Amino acid sequence: MDLTQNPGVAGMRAIKTALFVLCTLPFLGMVMAAFEIAGLSLGANPVEALIHEAGLWGLRLLLLTLAVTPLRRMSGWNWLIRLRRMLGLFAFFYVFVHFLSYAVIDQRLALGPIVEDIIERPFITIGITAFLLLLPLAMTSTNAMMRRLGCRWQQLHRLIYPIAILGVWHFWWQVKEDIREPLIYAAILAFLLGFRLWTRQRRRVAPAVQVRSDSAAGLERAMGELRASPAPRQ
Amino acid sequence: MLIRKAPDIRPSEITDEHCYMNRREFLQLAGFTAAGTMAGSLAAAEPSGKPFPKLAKSPFSTDAPANSYEDVTTYNNFYEFGTGKGDPYRYSQDFAPRPWKVTVSGECDRPGEFGYEDIVGPHALEERIYRLRCVEAWSMVIPWVGFPLADLIKRFEPNSRAKFVKFKTLYDPAQMPGQRRAVLDWPYVEGLTIAEATHPLTLLTVGLYGRELPNQNGAPLRLVVPWKYGFKSIKSVVSIEFTEQRPRNSWELAAPSEYGFYANVNPQVDHPRWSQARERRIGGGLFDAKQPTLMFNGYAEQVAKLYDGLDLRRNF
Repeated sequence: MDLTQNPGVAGMRAIKTALFVLCTLPFLGMVMAAFEIAGLSLGANPVEALIHEAGLWGLRLLLLTLAVTPLRRMSGWNWLIRLRRMLGLFAFFYVFVHFLSYAVIDQRLALGPIVEDIIERPFITIGITAFLLLLPLAMTSTNAMMRRLGCRWQQLHRLIYPIAILGVWHFWWQVKEDIREPLIYAAILAFLLGFRLWTRQRRRVAPAVQVRSDSAAGLERAMGELRASPAPRQ
Repeated sequence: MLIRKAPDIRPSEITDEHCYMNRREFLQLAGFTAAGTMAGSLAAAEPSGKPFPKLAKSPFSTDAPANSYEDVTTYNNFYEFGTGKGDPYRYSQDFAPRPWKVTVSGECDRPGEFGYEDIVGPHALEERIYRLRCVEAWSMVIPWVGFPLADLIKRFEPNSRAKFVKFKTLYDPAQMPGQRRAVLDWPYVEGLTIAEATHPLTLLTVGLYGRELPNQNGAPLRLVVPWKYGFKSIKSVVSIEFTEQRPRNSWELAAPSEYGFYANVNPQVDHPRWSQARERRIGGGLFDAKQPTLMFNGYAEQVAKLYDGLDLRRNF
């Protein structure tokens, strides 16, 4: 099977269905653990475990979303781009579950303590900022919004870069002393962002090969998605 | 509250513990559970330590319901065995708490090396049900077994220069895998003023739930200082030193803006990164509300006078 080829409508539907199921599994695990089904458990401090678990999956999916473009460039599997929206929306979903676990289950919607947390605790300020920035991205993820926003859509969705940085930073600042885990996330993010800088740099060095501007290429990519056909290889 | 009937067949009779552990490791490796925050429930509901024959009750005990043995022994901070809450249970099972030696040194007339029996033997043990408040804003109620540290200290006859007592945890990376990485500056060090160390609430602890301390809870001897954040209650103590200068404790050295020497439980002084006004009592489940944190963890009546004139905001 040649993965550089367009998998076709049926193939794409199968891939998307599989990815959808895969992305819901962590949530299913959390729900099962919350109700102690099948030997799963959230442990002695279930509230903290739920918050951490949802947050980690939000971060993982955010990184996966950011991995689509580099993977596509390196492999030539252009159809990967058509999975990006689902990954991004699942990232938002898990970050939303993370936020709800904190605001509803942990703080019981007590406005005073929540506002105090947001104002006084830098890691929560950062986290809530990332969450708020994610909202417009989730809301403008439909085809209709992509069409309406045109090339401003691409500009808006570049917010994903600061969001991912804030997300990893939020994780880093909340651990006590053992930074091994956030370090792994930071390294992956650094690679994913570094890849983009590097390809941009290369394009600048060799303008004869790459003449199109970023936004033109982005628009084309977006159009490619709309047409449900592979975007041109670059 | 969820009351579960004990099943007729214990899981340990069906699944070999080794398989059980492997399953959890598999789940973790598969990324199904992150950082051990979510795991198959840890199978430590069976107390295994040697029971103590007779224990006096203490007027200092709270009548709040104690946390389950499982919660007390599987949700721990003991970085010597790893930084995850389940790590101490998971990685301390091969730890050998005997033979044990404690070195007593510094400003006292009777220094020396003492075995576990020399330390504990002469004292009558009692049960003390104390609240434990972690600096991470969670809390438990634990039935400890021990005797007042003051009674032990008296035997070493500290002199007039003994203003502080410095404690050290065992340093043994072969047995304590968490020490193979420099998360903290090993060995773990804690300190108390001599007044705090000889306060009747300060307990030299050798057991919980009527039995010898499990390894993950600081076997074979540890401190319990109930009005201070949990990290002051140093575990697996091998050194007691009387000093004239204030010792620097491990967490203070690691992050001086976040953890102080006194570390008294204080709802009015927040940790720089989280609020200390409320706490989550472990065992309440997913939908339990937090409860307000009490000044000196509810032991103000007994200990507040130790800090007369001290600015508790600066001396956090």
